[in-house]
Amino acid sequence: MCEFKTYETAWCPGCGNFSILQCLKTALEELKKDPYEVLMVGGIGQAAKTPQYISANSFCGLHGRSLPAAVAAKIANEKLTVIVDTGDGDSYGEGGNHFIHNIRRNVGITHFVHDNQIYGLTKGQASPTTSEGQITGVQVTGSVNTPLNPVLMAIAAGAGFVARAFSGDTKHLTEIMKQAITYPGYAIVDILQPCVTFNKVNTYAYYKSRVYHLEEDYDSSNKLEAMERAMEFDDRIPIGVLYQEQKQTFHQKNIVLAGREPLVERQRDSTVIKQLMNEFV
Amino acid sequence: MYNILVGGAAGQGIDTTVANLEVLLKKAGYYVFTIKDFMSRVRGGHNFSLIRFGNEIITSHSNELDGMIALDDDTVELHKQNLKQDGFILCDTKLTTTDPKAIKLNMGGMAKELGNVRVSGSIAIGVILKLFGIATDHVEETMKNLVKEAYLDMNVKAVRLGYESVETRFSITPGNFSDWMIISGSKSLALGAIAAGIKFYSAYPMSPSTAIMEYLASKSVEADFVVEQAEDEIAAINMAIGASYAGARAMTGTSGGGFCLKVEALGLSGIAEIPLVAVNVQRPGPATGLPTRTEQSDLKFVISAAQGEFPRMVIALRNHKDAFYQTIRAFDITEKYQIPVIILSDQYLGDSTATVEPFDISNIKIANPSNDEYKEGEYLRYQLTENGISPRLIPGKSRNFVSVDSDEHDERGFITESADVRNQMMDKRMKKLELLREELLEPEFFGEENCETLFLGWGSTYGPIAEAVSILNEDEPGKYGALSFGDVYPLPTKLLMEKASKAKQIVNIEQNATGQLKDLIREQTGILCTGSILKYDGRQISGEEIVEKIRKGGQK
Repeated sequence: MCEFKTYETAWCPGCGNFSILQCLKTALEELKKDPYEVLMVGGIGQAAKTPQYISANSFCGLHGRSLPAAVAAKIANEKLTVIVDTGDGDSYGEGGNHFIHNIRRNVGITHFVHDNQIYGLTKGQASPTTSEGQITGVQVTGSVNTPLNPVLMAIAAGAGFVARAFSGDTKHLTEIMKQAITYPGYAIVDILQPCVTFNKVNTYAYYKSRVYHLEEDYDSSNKLEAMERAMEFDDRIPIGVLYQEQKQTFHQKNIVLAGREPLVERQRDSTVIKQLMNEFV
Repeated sequence: MYNILVGGAAGQGIDTTVANLEVLLKKAGYYVFTIKDFMSRVRGGHNFSLIRFGNEIITSHSNELDGMIALDDDTVELHKQNLKQDGFILCDTKLTTTDPKAIKLNMGGMAKELGNVRVSGSIAIGVILKLFGIATDHVEETMKNLVKEAYLDMNVKAVRLGYESVETRFSITPGNFSDWMIISGSKSLALGAIAAGIKFYSAYPMSPSTAIMEYLASKSVEADFVVEQAEDEIAAINMAIGASYAGARAMTGTSGGGFCLKVEALGLSGIAEIPLVAVNVQRPGPATGLPTRTEQSDLKFVISAAQGEFPRMVIALRNHKDAFYQTIRAFDITEKYQIPVIILSDQYLGDSTATVEPFDISNIKIANPSNDEYKEGEYLRYQLTENGISPRLIPGKSRNFVSVDSDEHDERGFITESADVRNQMMDKRMKKLELLREELLEPEFFGEENCETLFLGWGSTYGPIAEAVSILNEDEPGKYGALSFGDVYPLPTKLLMEKASKAKQIVNIEQNATGQLKDLIREQTGILCTGSILKYDGRQISGEEIVEKIRKGGQK
């Protein structure tokens, strides 16, 4: 049985990050992943510290830049199970451009966004998902910007696996995580997560009274239906796999990578350079 | 040696004519050196190339013309004052010029008769070969590699037709360069990366660095590596770092403005100690500057780019040969020391083509990214060692966790705020510079051993300075010498101290407005330059221009 240890964390007591980390460990263990084949990638932020708190390979890079590093590590070595664990600021704010374009790339990595609708590490400014009108230390008269809907955006941009989950529903979250990790392409899970210190609006009680499981007969292959459900984010918030489709992955489409051993295992062929030089003679 | 200009509007086929002509000249045995001068537009404007050829090595372009192929009237007007006494203007009868030097041929009509108006470039090539008395033995064989099979016959006929249309005017014996390569600086750099075993290249298109990505992409299947066009420059460098962390030898490339965007991640490579080769093909700045032109104004920027302090190396490429070998060396050093290595090229070198001896690839030795199976105990990615270099493992290859972090971290790679650990980690990283210093390459010296006037330059002014030194020493024997720096950071100082102590005047020659090398030298050694030749109009200084400026008193 594989075991993923947890290290001491720097999170506030009661933080939603704890249950996300616990669910991640359970999901990986239940999937029988070997910790040595798992690469955890984070950017900057409280959620982005998750890779440091679990016994696996870890890459903690720059704010907003977790996706490019993660996809390239996967491109280099397909054998790694690459999981990005990071926050809404990292994923949708500073990293917004990478979020859009890595959906298009469809490299087989899993992206868990700890979405607490606030900037925690920098002490409570609006994030891209903060509700309109919410007052913060910087948005002193209330945020005037329309909150981003990450799952709707992901479906619209062509993501093959889009889910929403809630850190307070751990059994459900673990199941969604397992499905996301085993999905062959890019899988995004937006995880609603209370920030007990800085977000007094989106509390445990707030989410608990609103989230509901997608029905058992919900058809996750229906894109229009998925977009409608993705837009439901008010009194009722559906959680589960909103949209899923089988798409060719980057590794299947890239002619250098397709059907071959990982790039990092390939040896340099010195005869090629001679041929290439001859083209200039 | 001779010098021909091929000019016209963008889209008129200058590049094809030049590419074919330079290969034919080289196959005939001549040394060929070509530069490109073009505008940032897809159609129209005025673009030109200068093809200089002879029977000995040529290191600089020249603005004095033996002839030109003018594809439009603008070319004649803009360049006829540079024609030598016996110079010629080859052009189509449709041009309006009445210049007595003009050789007007109905090339468009002749081409149409051959079946395609586009072969008029080949007619012009035939004319050039005949004017210089160059045999056409190699035309068919050479054209085979240059044009599509369906058009081969037509093009060969066009060359012969052009050849028969004029009489020989010049004479030059060929050299022994037919077996050498003819290659651009950017392609040479890309070939170096392939020779070094590159597995991953990521970039965002940006002139003049795009040529590297284009060449690498065209060979990625054959040579087995991945080229990814990133969504932006920031993604490009973070991808290269991610791939490198996972064990793939990685490079990213851009030009000035793109490098600005990459700066934070350059620091990530520094603190996380992840090997990275980052190329900056310089162009004039700031901001968008002159996108298709040349400058050497990013030296001070790249040696201090990113906040904080960390060891790095900066190598400036001096010529086409350097572009190949120094790129390989960059991969070697980044692997060995786990520091970012920045390669500085520029538009002049990147886009120019030169004749070079086929590269020697028999001695390429680059340590592999570690394949070690770590056996006992906990693996410490940032283990404190004597020389500052920690054993590097590749994630997934052993039963050890490889943890890297952009925050200050402990030996395991975990975030720390401990003052002691911070000191230890800073010291560990900076220690690598001590070892690196021992393998720095001294600048190349040419000219007279005990010169009175010492020129200092770096990067692509190498060739023009070399030509200037040799012309000046012919006039005033024993007076001139030059040091051209390739390794610029850390700065090797041994030979510089020695030569500078003997010289009466020290003149820095740079393609920037402030004399960045001069400042760096003063900072590192206290040596002061007595004069400067600086050029920053976006056009490279030539050997002849340096000579002229020295004769006028050595100041700009």
